Amino acid sequence: MSTTVPATSPFEGESFFAGLSRRLKLSVLSVAYVLLAVPALVLLCVLTTALGVAIVGVGMALLLIFVPLNQQLANVHRRLAGRILGIHIERPYLPTKSVSGFGLLKRWVADPARWRDFAWTYMSVTVGWALAWISFGLGLGVLWYLVFPFVYWVTPNGVFDMNYGFFRLDTQAESFFEWIWLLVAFSLWWWLLPVLMRWRAELDRAMLSPTREFLERRVAEVSQSRAETIDHSAAELRRIERDLHDGAQARLVALGMNLGMAEEMLAKNPEGAAAMLAEARAVTTSALGDLRSVVRGIHPPVLADRGLAGAIQALALDMSLPVSVMINLAGRPAAPVESALYFATSELLANIGKHSGATRAVIEVTHDGEALKVVVEDDGAGGASINAGTGLAGVARRLAAFDGTMDVVSPVGGPTVVTLEVPCALSSPKISPSSGTA
Amino acid sequence: MRVVIAEDLALLRDGLTRLLEAYDFEVVAAVEDAEKLGEVLRTHDADIAVVDVRMPPTFTDEGLRAAIAARAERPGFPVLVLSQYVEQLYARELLGSGDGAVGYLLKDRVADVTTFVDAVRTVAGGGTVLDPEVVSTLIARAQPDSPIARLTDREREVLGLMAEGRSNAAIAAALFVTEKAISKHTSNIFMKLDLDADDDSNNRRVLAVIAYLQG
Repeated sequence: MSTTVPATSPFEGESFFAGLSRRLKLSVLSVAYVLLAVPALVLLCVLTTALGVAIVGVGMALLLIFVPLNQQLANVHRRLAGRILGIHIERPYLPTKSVSGFGLLKRWVADPARWRDFAWTYMSVTVGWALAWISFGLGLGVLWYLVFPFVYWVTPNGVFDMNYGFFRLDTQAESFFEWIWLLVAFSLWWWLLPVLMRWRAELDRAMLSPTREFLERRVAEVSQSRAETIDHSAAELRRIERDLHDGAQARLVALGMNLGMAEEMLAKNPEGAAAMLAEARAVTTSALGDLRSVVRGIHPPVLADRGLAGAIQALALDMSLPVSVMINLAGRPAAPVESALYFATSELLANIGKHSGATRAVIEVTHDGEALKVVVEDDGAGGASINAGTGLAGVARRLAAFDGTMDVVSPVGGPTVVTLEVPCALSSPKISPSSGTA
Repeated sequence: MRVVIAEDLALLRDGLTRLLEAYDFEVVAAVEDAEKLGEVLRTHDADIAVVDVRMPPTFTDEGLRAAIAARAERPGFPVLVLSQYVEQLYARELLGSGDGAVGYLLKDRVADVTTFVDAVRTVAGGGTVLDPEVVSTLIARAQPDSPIARLTDREREVLGLMAEGRSNAAIAAALFVTEKAISKHTSNIFMKLDLDADDDSNNRRVLAVIAYLQG
């Protein structure tokens, strides 16, 4: 067991009814644990057999089907144990994105988390199952003694007569004496159930949560992507500073000079002053234009107004080729994710406009409950690559800061399909399905 | 002409009011958010509303939404929308909110006072005025299979200026040709876009612009 029970229980000052309701929920969970042992047993048999014959094709096929099922079962237990312990249990698996078939098997063999899952399945049908049964039995005992007088009443005379030697229970009135046992059963249930369920949850947690190695590797990845993100933001800030300095700031200086000269000329040379003022007006227009493009580079207004869905539609409308947009989002992701995906999509569309020679493109935006996915497809010449210096590497780096991934499939001759995926939750259940061709 | 102004920045609100009053418009109300705009439009009998896109409380696109709502309540009510930036998406939404009497301009255009005042009059008269920035993107993205592809380069240029809300005389001046030459171009445009030549001229121009947008 990986942790010790704290000296003071978090349920110290709990009222009787809160304690009762907590234990009733635990009893329900104990039923779930007992039932979940059935699929666990099936998986254990199949996986053990499949591992034994893994060198032949049918063994591999079985593994390809049943390893993910075992993962599902483990995930259910991660959630249950997390609920009982009041924590969140991370999933420790190595990423298997863009790996399939035999490669998947190789990845699994190299992934300690899969072997730990397998060991856990053994535990869950032995020790774990025993703990679940005892927990379940405690609840059953309480229930039995509670309804005993009623059972006595509905069954024929004599079936549930009790002989304690010194006392014989053989009338309906006497059946209520069994409630003395109810007190015992209830006490056992009250004291033991939380302890046993906690043991079970701690066992699951010990075997199913990420190992130290996994966490260390994760931290290393995060530090690297954070360092890259910081570099990137510093470079962005420098770019913005330069844009403002050479653009809007310089134009405002020129504006001041124009106005100063116009003021000088006003009395002596009204026509010259009018020309100066006209020039000043033109300068304000270009200064505003500069500021607008700087603002678009920081945070596009349409993204603030309409979120990712509207902003991607707006991007599509600005393209010189027809781009159909299909968006199905039941809410908005966090602002930084939204912004990263917007700029990534914008970069991809810019590439299509500049390099692909495409005549049409399709953007699809979906969320599968865990990750937001943007798929951008064009019918251009293909041959795009993350390493070709077309800005795709920058897109991938930007997304990496959010654990996001970019997948480029672009055979020479096309079509090109770029898939961006960022794990995130959606906030506010505002439904905004929209589609159309721009 | 009776104008309602909705703009949250006091500096710009006062500036717009002064500017329009200098050109003999009657500013019946100048409000600072979309909610007050709705109230004012219900109580005052205005000929046109000049509305900023970004206003309180969320500082996103409530001005645009208010403009579209006002036109839903009073079909054909003229609205000129001003913004620090223009989006094709918003131009489409505005044009889709009814036939004509709608304008969408960058705030910068206010500096060109006479053109701006003309734009207010055009919209109040039922015309359509689009910002040159919107129009130039539209010209760039006309598809080979759209009716727009049938136009000559010159006709496309004329259509672009029409979309900006300019009259034939103004287009003639901009292109350094006679007004007669322009009216020849416009009738060719209407023919090529399959628009009824007997239709009222103002509405026809609007339809041409909408055909342009759908290209």
